[in-house]
Amino acid sequence: MKKHLFSTLILGLTALLTLSVARADPNDIVVPGIIGVPGFTKPILVSLSGFSGETLDVLNFDLYVQGFKVTTPALAQYQITGSNAGNVIGTVTDTVAKQSVLSRSYSGASLRRQAHSFANDIVLTINHVPGIGLTKIAFKKEVGPGHGEIYVADFDGHNQQEVTHDGTIVASPAWVPGHLALYYTTYHPDPEIIYNSLSSGQRTVVARYSGLNTAPALSPDGTTLAMVLSRSGSPNIWVANANGSNPRKLTNTTEDSSPCWSPDGQWICFATKIHERRLLAKVPAGGGEVQTLSTSGHPNPTEPAWSPDGKWIAFTQQTGYGFDLCVMPADGSKPPQLLVAGEHPSWSPNSRTLIFTKRTGYTYALSVLDVMTKQVKDIRRNSGDDSQPDWAR
Amino acid sequence: MKSMKLIYPLALALAVTLGATGCKHQPVKLTPLPGSPQATVGGGDAGGPLAPSQPFTPDGGGGSGLAGGTGIPVADASLFDGMKEQRDALASYTVHFAFDSAAVKSSEKSKLQAVASALTADTTMKLKIEGNCDERGTDEYNRSLGERRALALREALAKLGLSPDRVKTVSFGKDKPVDPGHDESAWSQNRRGDFVELLPVSDAPKP
Repeated sequence: MKKHLFSTLILGLTALLTLSVARADPNDIVVPGIIGVPGFTKPILVSLSGFSGETLDVLNFDLYVQGFKVTTPALAQYQITGSNAGNVIGTVTDTVAKQSVLSRSYSGASLRRQAHSFANDIVLTINHVPGIGLTKIAFKKEVGPGHGEIYVADFDGHNQQEVTHDGTIVASPAWVPGHLALYYTTYHPDPEIIYNSLSSGQRTVVARYSGLNTAPALSPDGTTLAMVLSRSGSPNIWVANANGSNPRKLTNTTEDSSPCWSPDGQWICFATKIHERRLLAKVPAGGGEVQTLSTSGHPNPTEPAWSPDGKWIAFTQQTGYGFDLCVMPADGSKPPQLLVAGEHPSWSPNSRTLIFTKRTGYTYALSVLDVMTKQVKDIRRNSGDDSQPDWAR
Repeated sequence: MKSMKLIYPLALALAVTLGATGCKHQPVKLTPLPGSPQATVGGGDAGGPLAPSQPFTPDGGGGSGLAGGTGIPVADASLFDGMKEQRDALASYTVHFAFDSAAVKSSEKSKLQAVASALTADTTMKLKIEGNCDERGTDEYNRSLGERRALALREALAKLGLSPDRVKTVSFGKDKPVDPGHDESAWSQNRRGDFVELLPVSDAPKP
């Protein structure tokens, strides 16, 4: 009797341990509603029927870059049906539970905007995160040699609008969180950092020191501007008030670039070189010791981008083969994961998608990547070479 | 008796396991939607970040924070305002750099001496050094590298007696290649520092 009890206990304990180990698997990251691994998550299978033209294009694009894959109704986990005659109407049916999980009609604005709203509702219903369908980006468009302008557009590249018309070199646009305003570098004729309200058109110079004035990045609370200045004799990370007043140097490293804020405003992450090694580091936003981040196995890291939920840092690595996007937990708990070829990543507001610059040969275009599934698609492209995207939050 | 002794660590493991399975369920915060910058054009910027209480000059001196260890501080940008560029005089002294490097090669020393001599001969002149990169590098890294090249040349000239206060630096990153090609012969031309004379406006152009 005792023997049976003993072996049952062992079995039960093993089962329990197995269960608990599976649930606490360190490779899982918990995103609301989804458990997955960056780059290794399977897309959710859906079907689309009844839609046409621009509505269908928008649904196809938005769903693909948010981790869905369109297939036949028979294979789909969710069937999305509806129409767009006059306005968009849509229903989403869970084929496993055999019930409708969303049924809505949309009106106003344009069919395109309605389709984006429907896609957002699909993403929210199935993935329990806000969709990106109505978000905006800013980027640099190179019009000719030594001539670029700052543009804004819908995240999918539609509705592009030219912000600057200065006929000079521009770089590094950065949104003011929650506002229709940008910071960017313009050469006038030397590089200076400009604040540009998109609603009033007001432009103000916030940094015009001798040497480099570039890579503006505003803190999440809107009070503090990080930037790269070389006025001390080397490119360093500086911070100042949002209008540029009271500048103060944060680093003594000498090869700094690309400051980016943690979403809690406590840290500034940046690319630098320490002891002859190119690496990523972070420094307390209020001043303090620079800490290196481990990106071992991923050489020449630059252009860090901290996800809005605080969990991830994406960056560009450079090898002899070119540039690749990588992502790693912001707390350094795991090494970086290689994503796709590309550079200059910027996070969507829901921390699931990256927009980035894709080089094809020597032309540059913008592309959007679902981090979990690695599904990637170019956004709509007009003329010129587009680069340095920044996703509005 | 043996099985009895084993029960205790097993029971402990069981308790620990039960405890461990309970602690993974932290509520995950949803990222709130942005304040809809796309919602209404014209309405989104009230109370933006710029409400300067006093006028502020973004090119003046001042600034505080960590001192030292990072090179020769640059002179006020305003000290170079209103001067006229003369690009030809020192064009043949363009210095070239190795890939991903801002180190000034010793083979370039004679060029630096020529530049220093030109500036010594005319003390009303100042100098602009433009740092450039080839296209193999990410944007802001190259902007920073171009500046480091210009600053390295400025320091090398300082060692030859040219006051750093007479020298300003500008980086164009990879935005101004002299050769648009995509091979090492083009790239080696583009990794460069260009010297531009700055003349006071009252000066007649040199013959």
